Amino acid sequence: MKNAATQGQFRRLSETGRDRVSFTLDGQLREALVGDTVMTAVLSQAWQLRVSEPGGDKRAGFCLMGACQDCWMLTESGERLRACTTFIVPGMRLRSKPKTPDEA
Amino acid sequence: MRPDLQPVIVGAGPAGIRAAETLVRHGLKPVVIDEAPRWGGQIYRQPPAQFQRTRQTLYGLDAKAAAAVLDTMTTLLPHIRYRNDTLVWNAEGGQLDLLHQGQTSTQPYSHLILCTGATDRVLPFPGWTTPGVFTLGGAQVALKYQGCAIGSRVVFVGTGPLLYLIAYQYAKAGAKVGAVLDTATLRDQIAALPDLLAAPGLLARGMYYVTWLRAHGVPLHGGIQALGTVGDGRVDAMRWRDSLGEHEVACDAIGFGHALRSETQLADILGCRFEFNVQQRAWLPVHDDAGRASVPGVYLAGDGAGIMGAQAAEWAGERAALALLADTGQASAPALRTRANKLERALGRTQRFRGGLERAFPFPPTWAKQASDSLVVCRCEGVTAGDLRASVAATGTTDINRLKALTRVGMGRCQGRMCGVAACEILAQCSGQPLQAVGRLRGQAPVKPIPFAMTCATSPSKPEAST
Repeated sequence: MKNAATQGQFRRLSETGRDRVSFTLDGQLREALVGDTVMTAVLSQAWQLRVSEPGGDKRAGFCLMGACQDCWMLTESGERLRACTTFIVPGMRLRSKPKTPDEA
Repeated sequence: MRPDLQPVIVGAGPAGIRAAETLVRHGLKPVVIDEAPRWGGQIYRQPPAQFQRTRQTLYGLDAKAAAAVLDTMTTLLPHIRYRNDTLVWNAEGGQLDLLHQGQTSTQPYSHLILCTGATDRVLPFPGWTTPGVFTLGGAQVALKYQGCAIGSRVVFVGTGPLLYLIAYQYAKAGAKVGAVLDTATLRDQIAALPDLLAAPGLLARGMYYVTWLRAHGVPLHGGIQALGTVGDGRVDAMRWRDSLGEHEVACDAIGFGHALRSETQLADILGCRFEFNVQQRAWLPVHDDAGRASVPGVYLAGDGAGIMGAQAAEWAGERAALALLADTGQASAPALRTRANKLERALGRTQRFRGGLERAFPFPPTWAKQASDSLVVCRCEGVTAGDLRASVAATGTTDINRLKALTRVGMGRCQGRMCGVAACEILAQCSGQPLQAVGRLRGQAPVKPIPFAMTCATSPSKPEAST
């Protein structure tokens, strides 16, 4: 399991002693901290929130205050959520890109 | 409280909280609706409950002001109806349409105080849609709300007092700040000094941030033009130009913004009259000195009614509430007069200070001219400056809403919040009109995306009884 300190876009500066939360990103088990937004949970260990197909345009959010609507991600069940205003919850299953044939 | 009276305040930042406090003090029970889970607005945004940093750490030199506002709301909670985590997505005929945790509901109102705040004013540069590029406000949210920096080495770009405040907050919190790149020049700032002295405390604070950054070895550059990011799919560096030539600074994240823009969609939907504000280069809902909008029963306060800053927002919120009390006969106007006059004088002084800020951190006047055709203006729909110019050349369009229909600029999920300023500037530039002549993007319900199933619901959920 990759832990919450894995390098990504965001750098945690403080309050890293919070309880841990497990979730999956593109089928991989990951860990975040209680109180993280989905955005923090993902960007603290990845460099983007989603890769749009076709074109491969990568996005990682922009305004962080629910205005730009750039940070949406999908869940395994196809639900769309706004990563900057949604908190990570245990067992959340997030996708940054469509499933590969192996996963489907 | 008169049974027919149901004041509703939208927004729980400094303006909304002071408005609520004033109404409660005079025996009213307002409903306070806020999109955030906890009160404070963006400026005094509170981290989720699991975080434990002190207010001194979170708000720095503003800790006292933040504490006063936040603690006021705590004491108000038993006396108001607080609907947090709730989006107001439409307003019509004395009723607000709400969305809370995926459920719609309605909220009737007799009077409305709109304290809708602001977002960053964004002037794009090449590469601004790359992961790792965020707004200045966004960079601050990451730090305050989540204890994170937006990258391991951050460069701040744009102009305005927030540029230095956030760079200071980052460096102070232990983040590496690669550089601060300001489109304004030192000469602008010196010329603005006389007006900035209208608020010596705020001026001193701004100078403190700059001095601190210099003393801690953070490179500060003025008079720059942002040339764009370096990197494929992520940020490796920021490029810029100044009088000495072209430069590059290594970084993995960029925070940028050119001051703020008001959130005015609800005022627009309610039919409030707008006027062009030359200083802010924006169409703003008009209001009198007390905050009364052109629509009876609607009041405006805080940055959503024109950018005035957090301190002025507190005064404007209180002033608007006093106007509501006088207009509804809940307090006699003469009794409120002394306080109202004092607030209006304070707001007048702030106006002068804001004028100084506009001179110190002017809007980069050549931005639209320098924007290349390949520059993405609208990040939702991928519309470029060249797309806008080609459409104008082909159709002779002079109006921003027409241009929206033709090119989809401003039609995406952000509804023009991020691209509207830039699109209007490009249209004005390529059609040879003054900015005010291109008009403004009209607000439309829902003011933010809501789940599709809800807009299709045939019968709205039952209105909740007012309390």
